[in-house]
Amino acid sequence: MIDKKHIGYAPPAVLWDVEKGRIAFFAKVIGLTDPIHTDDVAARAAGYRGIVAPPTFIFGAPGDSGETMKLIETLEIDLGKVLHGEQRFDYHAPVCAGDTLRFESRVSDIYDKKGGALEFVVNGTKVTNQLGEHVADLHSVIVVRHG
Amino acid sequence: MTFDPRKIRVGDTMPVLALAPISRTTLALFAGASGDHNPIHIDIDFAHKAGMKDVFAHGMLSMAYLARALAEWVPQRRVLRYGVRFAAITQLGDRIQCSGKVVEKLDHDGRPCARIELTVAKRSGEVTLAGEALVALD
Repeated sequence: MIDKKHIGYAPPAVLWDVEKGRIAFFAKVIGLTDPIHTDDVAARAAGYRGIVAPPTFIFGAPGDSGETMKLIETLEIDLGKVLHGEQRFDYHAPVCAGDTLRFESRVSDIYDKKGGALEFVVNGTKVTNQLGEHVADLHSVIVVRHG
Repeated sequence: MTFDPRKIRVGDTMPVLALAPISRTTLALFAGASGDHNPIHIDIDFAHKAGMKDVFAHGMLSMAYLARALAEWVPQRRVLRYGVRFAAITQLGDRIQCSGKVVEKLDHDGRPCARIELTVAKRSGEVTLAGEALVALD
């Protein structure tokens, strides 16, 4: 069982650079062809500050920074038993290539169902940019399945 | 159907996005693009050790496809909230499709919005992802 003492776990904030090459790669893999994700001129013509990150792109930050793995290790979870349960994004401002984002996350709940056969870890992350704008909030639930 | 914020009505549907069968190549590329390097999605040996028959798709891959389907209908800047629940694992070779339907018009933080119910399902009809988006109409 995951120790409930980890409710409130809040690692140091992570800074993450939004790279245009990575945005283009991400868009290509999922088949997004809108030029706002690859062409600075098209993005500006559409009213953005620059090349636009696709809606779920910023979820890359906790993977890149090692934050996801650190959370799993800290909570002593077996990686092979982890499933993603829920994910939500609340968007407040665009994320563009060249931005430096700041991610502040916190474990808000840990609970179990089915007599402990399934455990749930709820994580919330506030995302701000170099302009001081609050750009998004992430809400994640990971599931640990036993047996 | 073209998205027109002035004319959108409850019951309007998002164009369906049908995707090619999930391949190992896509999972490898998505691991790199998304930053999710969990070996359960790319390393069959690790998957076996974890008791799975094979690697399986990242939930976030389906969430990204569903976001693509939405963004191809509604301009991304109108999307205020996008959330999903991962309901079933997507296996290699599965053909998934993304669909959506306007289920409500409402006010959110003082802005007129539409709530769009979103689904990813396998050809068998099994739902793998169930979610919704709030899109601004002003």
